[in-house]
Amino acid sequence: MAFRGTLVIDIERCKGCAVCTTGCPNKCIALSKMVNKKGYNYLEMINEEACIGCANCAVICPDGVLTVYRVKI
Amino acid sequence: MTREDIIKPENLVYRRTPVLTDNVMHYCPGCGHGVIHRIIAEVVEEMGIQENTIAIAPVGCSVLAYNYFEIDCIEAAHGRAPALATAIKRLYPEHFVFSYQGDGDLAAIGTGETIHTCNRGENITMIFVNNGIYGMTGGQMAPTTLSGMKTATSPFGRDTEIMGNPLNITELIAKLPGAYYVTRQAVYTPALARKCKKAIRQAFENQKLKKGVSFVEVVSNCNSGWKLAPVKANEWLEENMLKYYPLGDLKVPEGK
Repeated sequence: MAFRGTLVIDIERCKGCAVCTTGCPNKCIALSKMVNKKGYNYLEMINEEACIGCANCAVICPDGVLTVYRVKI
Repeated sequence: MTREDIIKPENLVYRRTPVLTDNVMHYCPGCGHGVIHRIIAEVVEEMGIQENTIAIAPVGCSVLAYNYFEIDCIEAAHGRAPALATAIKRLYPEHFVFSYQGDGDLAAIGTGETIHTCNRGENITMIFVNNGIYGMTGGQMAPTTLSGMKTATSPFGRDTEIMGNPLNITELIAKLPGAYYVTRQAVYTPALARKCKKAIRQAFENQKLKKGVSFVEVVSNCNSGWKLAPVKANEWLEENMLKYYPLGDLKVPEGK
């Protein structure tokens, strides 16, 4: 069974700690070169096709930045 | 399949729990407090006890915890959260009461309250966040600071001959008869965070049994105090903190 997932990232809430990137099994998220209003490099998806919606990133995000959606394919 | 096809309400698997307020937390980037707050809020949401839960906020970094929980909170004097929790639980025995404390609060100024509350076996849940340092005041040495660890007040590393040994208060509490469930968890990887959620859920469920204190220590990071980047701080935690504070259950109820 295969899954496709995606994230909705609340970039103004993100503090750019990058802890979530260590939890991602497929390395589909990374910090952006852009900054948010507070001056943090916020999180962005770099490989949207690889996301399986496992929610590992959201489970260890300290600031509740991420909303995760997943469908079976 | 496009992004718009996936983002539909029926496909939602994870969202920020409504038991947390919309306020942006004041914690430093990567701080474990945020994860632990969210885990507690999720447990409260899943158990459906938002209306009859009372939280006791400590003094320390998490002093403003009442700004983040959408539940009733009281802020205790420094170290006195278990004493206040005792009073509230005795007045409202059907409510779920939990105290949330850091290591400077629970293991230094509040040692007396902590030990006596656990010894009396009050029917409360205690969450203890251990990062081995006084984070809020600028990274001074705490009782739980590791031997040889550099802090603002031990710039050459903690010398145990002069400054004493790190205090493993959770093991001390596990020996007390009033403690019903004592466990040590961490939240720096997804698997550990999920396991920690199960432990906190268990600690809340135990209040229904009225058997004694459920004590959950969470070994956490303090990247500002440790002067490390968030990801590096988590690696340091795994290499150093877990040697002295190994994860696992220290006391589980019989028959479980």
